[in-house]
Amino acid sequence: MTKLPDLYEPDAQRAEDPWAGLRRHTSARIALGRTGVSLSTARNLEFQMAHAQARTAVHSPLDLDALEADLGQPLLRVASRAPDRAAYLQRPDWGRRLDTESVAKVEAARPASAPDVALVLADGLSSLATQQSAPGFLKAFQPLLEEAGLSVAPLVVATQGRVAIGDEIAAILGAKLVVMLIGERPGLSAADSLGLYLTWAPKVGRTDADRNCISNIRPGGQSYEDAAYRAAWLAREAFKLQLSGVGLKDRTVTVDAKAQVEG
Amino acid sequence: MYSHQVGAELFRFPDLRTLMARATPLRSGDQLAGIAAATDVERVAAQAALAEVPLKTFLTEALIPYEADEVTRLIIDTHDKAAFAPISHMTVGDFRDWLLSDAADSAALAALAPGLTPEMAAAVSKLCRVQDLILIASKCRVVTKFRNTLGLEKRLATRLQPNHPTDDLRGIAASTFDGLMYGSGDAVIGINPATDNLHATVELLHLLDEVIQEYNVPTQSCVLSHVTNTMAAIEEGAPVDLTFQSIAGTEAANTSFGITLDILTEGHDATQSLKRGTVGQNCMYFETGQGSCLSADAHHGVDQQTLEARAYAVARKYQPLLVNTVVGFIGPEYLYDGRQIIRAGLEDHFCGKLLGVPMGCDICYTNHAESDQNDMDILLTLLGAAGINYIMGIPGSDDVMLSYQTTSFHDALYARRLLGLRPAPEFEEWLDKMGLMPSDGAFTPASRPPAALSQRMTLLEAE
Repeated sequence: MTKLPDLYEPDAQRAEDPWAGLRRHTSARIALGRTGVSLSTARNLEFQMAHAQARTAVHSPLDLDALEADLGQPLLRVASRAPDRAAYLQRPDWGRRLDTESVAKVEAARPASAPDVALVLADGLSSLATQQSAPGFLKAFQPLLEEAGLSVAPLVVATQGRVAIGDEIAAILGAKLVVMLIGERPGLSAADSLGLYLTWAPKVGRTDADRNCISNIRPGGQSYEDAAYRAAWLAREAFKLQLSGVGLKDRTVTVDAKAQVEG
Repeated sequence: MYSHQVGAELFRFPDLRTLMARATPLRSGDQLAGIAAATDVERVAAQAALAEVPLKTFLTEALIPYEADEVTRLIIDTHDKAAFAPISHMTVGDFRDWLLSDAADSAALAALAPGLTPEMAAAVSKLCRVQDLILIASKCRVVTKFRNTLGLEKRLATRLQPNHPTDDLRGIAASTFDGLMYGSGDAVIGINPATDNLHATVELLHLLDEVIQEYNVPTQSCVLSHVTNTMAAIEEGAPVDLTFQSIAGTEAANTSFGITLDILTEGHDATQSLKRGTVGQNCMYFETGQGSCLSADAHHGVDQQTLEARAYAVARKYQPLLVNTVVGFIGPEYLYDGRQIIRAGLEDHFCGKLLGVPMGCDICYTNHAESDQNDMDILLTLLGAAGINYIMGIPGSDDVMLSYQTTSFHDALYARRLLGLRPAPEFEEWLDKMGLMPSDGAFTPASRPPAALSQRMTLLEAE
């Protein structure tokens, strides 16, 4: 049998880019090569998989039973006013507020003496991040709060929640400070970044200018230990200065920028 | 009061602002603002009522009060009555019919642009189907120049966007070489910096300037920092080609961006004074996007598409080289899915071109929007057919700094091949001369770097 002409050899038609070595300087998708001027099947599927993973992170519901088991402590389960994911994505205002039933639940859980700190978890835009990283982070963080002599309200988890829902929850609990853990908007390279928002004197109507944020908490990003250290530092400073947000500057020096790049 | 009768039902719209909002094709941002039509029938009734509104009405019934908003004052004070005269007798519906007619050729549309207000452009766009938005826009030519000529017929330029999560200079250089190898970068080589740090901005400006100087690239650079930051960089003697700023359609939204028209004038004048252009001196680069006013709680009850068109009135005051809507970046609470993003991208391009603005589009989406690469392929193809001035070019569609997806170097080549769209003439010639891409109309990039580039690329690899 005669060999097919090169015209029908896929390998001969696909051009590799000889500068693939430059990839060591960036996580950008450089030197992808081409077939004609288009992406090869393999490259195209790589992208599709990354996007599918990011979308899965956005749309998967939080598994509350598994989360509770991983945390090893009881969770007060509440919900925002967004009835489902589609509503959540279109109505940020609904995701910032508790539904009526949840308000009553939180009121019933209010401790007799006002707690210093409320810890609130939410799915946000990546349930994957919360599911995966909230237990590990809290394991590092809760002992630091205890060391600082700060009392903590019952642990709350909000579904279809945005950052500001933590303000309403903490206000009902009577807490002086809220620490909110929430899944961040997934990118293609990392779909599992957990964000932490710390807000002094939480109440409905607080804005981003009132908060301090630690982002990219995940395996391969900011480690649980570093994030817990920084968050505890910020919490102590917030109590000292009686504020959070633009007036509270993070002066810790444990930022692991390299891990963020390579993640 | 405006109204329209449908069978037994009379739809009433108390003012022009409400009528415009109700007539707007469905999008989540207007629903979030609580100003969208409640039903499909109400929407079409509003469109029917809007079609009967004389264009002149937009000169007397301001959607945002003249006294309260400097963008309204800019629109009214700079309106060219002589340019408007030929269409001053028309209603919005008549205007759509005229735009589609053979009388509305490129010359007539160019002459009309200064006589149009953003509200007129927005109003007529609400009566247009997708094919109307494409066909009319394709007749508009807006040509601008700095080190090359952008916006010519059957040309498509790209912004090479070599972003890096920590502004690592080697990483940015790597993406820049990758883009040049794929023939990208004639609109601008433009970096979104990871921080607003002045030192970092100056460093990035020098890096891009070195690349452009060393290879004599007929293009311009930009670091997309705040205008005041770029002005500070100019004072430090940094090589600034273009000054960038995000802009919006209301004074209050611009305030939230930390700008006023006066600040933009200062930025423009400082950049202009450097005279770094060779074939022209259009030296501003603006980005916009539907939803920015609502997101800043600065929308005055006006629909987001009309507010977006008002941002183009801000842009055109400064004769920019480049303006692009970042259409899908803002998120699903403003444009929910591919269908809404596609329509919005075409509306923005249409309104910008009618108003005489050199429109490009960041054809993009985020991972929480109901959208994917297929939607972007559709929008890219449609905007290519509509004669868009430029699109973005990024390695593999994945912006690793801003975490969103936009068009890739490959995507631009697809559009070139499919629609026969060439790069800017000076850049096309340079690509050919450098051995990067022959100007034979096949748009096939070189498989390996030519000697001039390969040395630097090998050194960079070893760094």
